[in-house]
Amino acid sequence: MTPAAPAPAMSSEKPTPAQLAQKELAQRAPVSVNDDVPAKVEVHDLNVYFRANHAIRHVSLSVKPQTVLAVIGPSGCGKSTFIRALNRMHDLVPGARVEGKVFVDGKDLYARGIDPVLLRRRVGMVFQRPNPFPTMSIFENVAAGLTLNGIGGNHAETVERCLRQAALWDEVKDRLKHAGTSLSGGQQQRLCIARALAVEPEVLLMDEPASALDPIATAKIEELIHELKERYTIIIVTHSMQQAARVSDNTAFFYLGELIEIGQTAQIFTNPRERRTEDYVTGKFG
Amino acid sequence: MNLHASFTYRKVVDRGMAVVCAVFFALAFIPLLSVLWLVISKGAAGLSWAFFTQLPKPVGEVGGGIGNALVGTLFMVALACLIGLPLGVGAGVFLAEKGEGTIGNTVRFMAEVLSGVPSIVVGIVAYALVVVPMGHFSALAGAVALSILMIPTLARATEELVRLVPGSLREASLALGVPHWKTSLRVVIRTAMSGIVTACLLAVARAAGETAPLLFTALNNQYWNTDPRAPTASLTVAIFNYAISPYDDWHAKAWTASLVLLIVVGLLNIASRVLTRNRLKGAR
Amino acid sequence: METGHPGAENLGDRAFNGILWVLGIMILVVAGLIVLNLALVARPLAKDHSIWGFITQTRWDPVEDHFGALTFLYGTLVTAAISIALAVPVAIGLSLFITQFAPTKLGRVLTIPVELLAAIPSVVYGLWGLFIVVPWLRESIEPWLGKYFGWIPLFQGPPIGLGYLASGMILAVMILPTIVSVSVEVMKTTPETNREAALALGATKWEAVMMAVIPYSRAGIVGAVLLGLGRALGETMAVTMVIGNTPQISASLFAAGYSLPAVIANEFAEATSNVHVGALAGLGLILFATTFLLNAGARVLVTAVQKGPSRVRG
Repeated sequence: MTPAAPAPAMSSEKPTPAQLAQKELAQRAPVSVNDDVPAKVEVHDLNVYFRANHAIRHVSLSVKPQTVLAVIGPSGCGKSTFIRALNRMHDLVPGARVEGKVFVDGKDLYARGIDPVLLRRRVGMVFQRPNPFPTMSIFENVAAGLTLNGIGGNHAETVERCLRQAALWDEVKDRLKHAGTSLSGGQQQRLCIARALAVEPEVLLMDEPASALDPIATAKIEELIHELKERYTIIIVTHSMQQAARVSDNTAFFYLGELIEIGQTAQIFTNPRERRTEDYVTGKFG
Repeated sequence: MNLHASFTYRKVVDRGMAVVCAVFFALAFIPLLSVLWLVISKGAAGLSWAFFTQLPKPVGEVGGGIGNALVGTLFMVALACLIGLPLGVGAGVFLAEKGEGTIGNTVRFMAEVLSGVPSIVVGIVAYALVVVPMGHFSALAGAVALSILMIPTLARATEELVRLVPGSLREASLALGVPHWKTSLRVVIRTAMSGIVTACLLAVARAAGETAPLLFTALNNQYWNTDPRAPTASLTVAIFNYAISPYDDWHAKAWTASLVLLIVVGLLNIASRVLTRNRLKGAR
Repeated sequence: METGHPGAENLGDRAFNGILWVLGIMILVVAGLIVLNLALVARPLAKDHSIWGFITQTRWDPVEDHFGALTFLYGTLVTAAISIALAVPVAIGLSLFITQFAPTKLGRVLTIPVELLAAIPSVVYGLWGLFIVVPWLRESIEPWLGKYFGWIPLFQGPPIGLGYLASGMILAVMILPTIVSVSVEVMKTTPETNREAALALGATKWEAVMMAVIPYSRAGIVGAVLLGLGRALGETMAVTMVIGNTPQISASLFAAGYSLPAVIANEFAEATSNVHVGALAGLGLILFATTFLLNAGARVLVTAVQKGPSRVRG
């Protein structure tokens, strides 16, 4: 599926985000679509309330395994609120109420009897600002998800595996005992990714993981997402449409708590179905 | 427009007040230097191994020491720590984790206000709680008084320290699937731990320097004692008794004992400062 | 996908929460114990004494079991007043120096002597007071004051050194760190923008302080003073050693007197009867109530400043 032709080259107007995104898309390998595989994550009629505020409204979508879904939209549209509903982080917010179903591999995370603590080991999360544990070394940080849960034994293999998956091993293999906070911002974020991977999740939620990083570190994280995609299903919130174009297979556009449109990334940026989507990706607002 | 500096009344006041403030600072410095200098100069002469290890001798006899008082202080402070440290730090953790709401606010208010209760009043309470039922003075009563003094300050300090831990760390741990209570204990509190230990050391230093509540709880003892049920000597009460006596050589002992007390308190304070510097290698 | 079921983990959470609640309630238990036990020990006093009578009478007679607190109240209040009068200007000046006039790095270093002052145990202050301050007062200051200001009743009478003035001065040194540390904290929360606006208008450093810092922190400084006052009222050892321990009321600062904590310290261990002990506990109750109110008031003032008018974060 090839992307549509880009906008006229001689235009003197500032390129819209969609045009920039299309440029990124043009540089990527084509995305293959496999409709026979059952969805990894399925969301049915999700609603999130913060006391009287209806923050997420009737959202339904599905994500195929080993794909990347980018969630885009203007500030305040509910992107973070949405993905935090996928690992039941709202359970920790007083006054928050979640209705609807979230299926991972056919099991509803919000069903009665499901322990949110255990599900968070299957659905991992990486946050906007790197947050390594300051009292732990690099090694201890990566192994934290295991040691804190009482899983004993020698974690050296796991730590090395996850640091390699996070493309950080070569940079830190000689200083595993140093403090987790002794790394640069970009390295800390990759450390947090390694930490999230160590508990062997199946789905990885990323809440604007590169927004606090410089462009070079950002590029490294994006490269990493490409590699991680082969093992994990990734849902990434991003405020940059170019980033969405670079890393994702599908894109979901949120506005005022509603899912306006979801589809293949190329289609969203070149040929959006909804008017509001088109307005957003062409830079008319947000 | 003349922008050159000129000699005005306002300038004089400005410079003058800065000088006044600096003078006040010096004023505050003088008593500090005076106390430290005098304790060291008058007390150093009496320092000796005998002073540390011997029992006090009766009036008129030369020599003797504060051995039992030193042991007594260490013993009672240790007992007080057993009671006061867990209760104080625990209450602080409660306030940081569950402290919103009416009960939490009441507890916080009480902790703040109780930290200003005069130590002699706490002595009366310990008297009623321990001395009266037991029928006699005891080291335990002294330790109870000291622990009551430790708890409110420790609770407030611990609460502040735990609250300082960024919420993102808690979130990161929860997102790894670690249950709440383990997150609180092994991530949040662990991060605040060095600060909490500092607060504990300072609480211990304060307890070691208390005199008033011990006067009618632990009373005093001319001999060695490590039985919590018996009256016990303490460094601070020994200083007091030596100081108000009419004998010159006992006055000298008071200075020397003060030097010992200042060294103990000083070491605890230094230890608390050193601890806050102790981080993992390379951490920012 | 294995997502598990609530079981052991929730038990851990519930146990942890339970322990925390118990520990938190312990603070209230301690407060209750203090009030309860003071009242219990003081009960025998109530048989023959009314509260008003106890507070307003001066006669303190362990033999006849008749007690009045007035002498000690007077002594406590006088020494506290002297200490506040001496300490507050110095403390405020010192706090201003640390936060406004000294460069920031120096300011941090300057708090160390203040912390050292706070760390010295009160019995050591008493020792210093007894052998250094008292003779100094007796030989130099009090004769000088008596010579030039002797027409004021405050400075009349024989200069024995021991007495209200000595205790007031030593107390001033002891409460200084309390007032300074809270004032510094409060002054530091003054938004920089206020001060900068004043400076931008052409104010001198001192004027900027008067215009921006002092009004904003005024309530907090009052709170700091209240805390210092509370400490002054409750201080025992240093006062006992230099006040002279004479139960008399006198207008002169040179005179020996007695304070509430001092008499408790001196008489409690050998009190002769339950009523005697009860009277001393009654004094303790007065001390507790007063410091409680002072601390509560101080807390309200200091937190009001720290929450303050909404601050724009830059």
